[in-house]
Amino acid sequence: MISLTGVLYPVLILGALGLAFGALLGFASIKFFVKTDERVSQIREILPGANCGGCGYPGCDGYADGIVNAGARTNLCAAGGVELAKGIAAIMGVEGEAPIPVRAFLKCKGSAEFSKRNAIYEGIMDCRSAAVVPGGSPNACPFGCIGLGTCVKVCVFGAMSMINGLASADPEKCIGCGTCVAICPKSALALIPRTSNVQVVCNSNWRGADVKKVCSVGCIGCGICARTCPAGAVTVDKNLASVDASKCTNCGACVAKCPTKSIGYIIPGQEDIREIA
Amino acid sequence: MSLLWLFIGSIFVHNILLSRFLGCCPFLGVSTNSGTAKGMGVAVIFVTVLAAIATWLVYNLVLAPLHLEYLYTLSFILVIAALVQFVELALKKINPVLYKSLGIFLPLITTNCAVLGVAVLNMNEKYSLVESAVNAFGSSAGFLLAIMLMAGIRERIDRNTNVPKCLQGLPIALVTAGLMSIAFMGFTGMIK
Repeated sequence: MISLTGVLYPVLILGALGLAFGALLGFASIKFFVKTDERVSQIREILPGANCGGCGYPGCDGYADGIVNAGARTNLCAAGGVELAKGIAAIMGVEGEAPIPVRAFLKCKGSAEFSKRNAIYEGIMDCRSAAVVPGGSPNACPFGCIGLGTCVKVCVFGAMSMINGLASADPEKCIGCGTCVAICPKSALALIPRTSNVQVVCNSNWRGADVKKVCSVGCIGCGICARTCPAGAVTVDKNLASVDASKCTNCGACVAKCPTKSIGYIIPGQEDIREIA
Repeated sequence: MSLLWLFIGSIFVHNILLSRFLGCCPFLGVSTNSGTAKGMGVAVIFVTVLAAIATWLVYNLVLAPLHLEYLYTLSFILVIAALVQFVELALKKINPVLYKSLGIFLPLITTNCAVLGVAVLNMNEKYSLVESAVNAFGSSAGFLLAIMLMAGIRERIDRNTNVPKCLQGLPIALVTAGLMSIAFMGFTGMIK
């Protein structure tokens, strides 16, 4: 026969221990009550609660606390978007700053007709695999788009496609999440502000003479664009020009002067700038 | 004198991380920079000492007299969890600066096996209350030592560009941890 006390005592003892600790904690929560800013819990309510950490804080709790107590910006939550940024700004009673809308963009127009190929790649059809073979790329230019479409595979919004062997983002579908940018082994994709219509379409840090050997539409770092730009938006660093979208007026002076046509207009809705340039 | 040897022994000879292999999760998880490693280490010292005292009291004053020793795992976890919660509430009120610097580490170590491990070791070795507290302090100081060493090494490794790509990050950290453990085996026999 099972001894009743053998079961009863442990249950009672553990129950009593639990009760004692519970009472202790209950007492402590009243005794050590700290008044917190109720805006923290209000903001926490409207945050998505995915705890993705994209804002740079440890989870949504951390971000809510950061906004109220550490002066974090109100537009850091990518998942919540514009609506959420407005909501947070309303709770904080500040003028809301909308997140800058961005989209993915390929910094390369070295398709087979312009850029040399060193090898025919026959391995696993994934840019990340092709990027680890000796030489870093089947292309002669190790900076450009490999063209095996890894970015197309990872884009959950169906915004990426391969046009003429080069990745292309549909600005209508792209939400600027940056997944393709992160996965590209060549870092040939970038996020650019949606308002930007002029961009350097090259990713090569090589000296001009070396670029010329492998690609006819690469940036040779000559700097004509930087001298031409009336707004001072174009700079050349490490043999590669770049356009500062916050200064660029989309005037197109640099586009007209570029000797290799590596700076181009991006016409919204007509993503394939290679055709235009 | 024997307390001093117990203290030194628990830091070096029976280092909780490198000899007993308890608490390896934070050892690898929060050892990427020495600032957070220090925070974690101090929080572990704080909680381990308090938990060792509380579990000793529960074991010797409640469980042992009632011959319910077999309930130790369950009740120790209960004690540690409640204790950490209590300390968190109290710290928030009494010392907000310390609360902020311990931050997320305090609730994290509720379930750290090093804390429970020390409590169980104290019980198995039949230490007195003072010996338990000293052993807990030494063990957690050993934890702080090991995690600070690890963080220092990892900071240097991260700056070293010669690490092969296949070893970068966690793999090289595991190799490092293994080598450190072998180095700490050198202390074996220093104290009986």
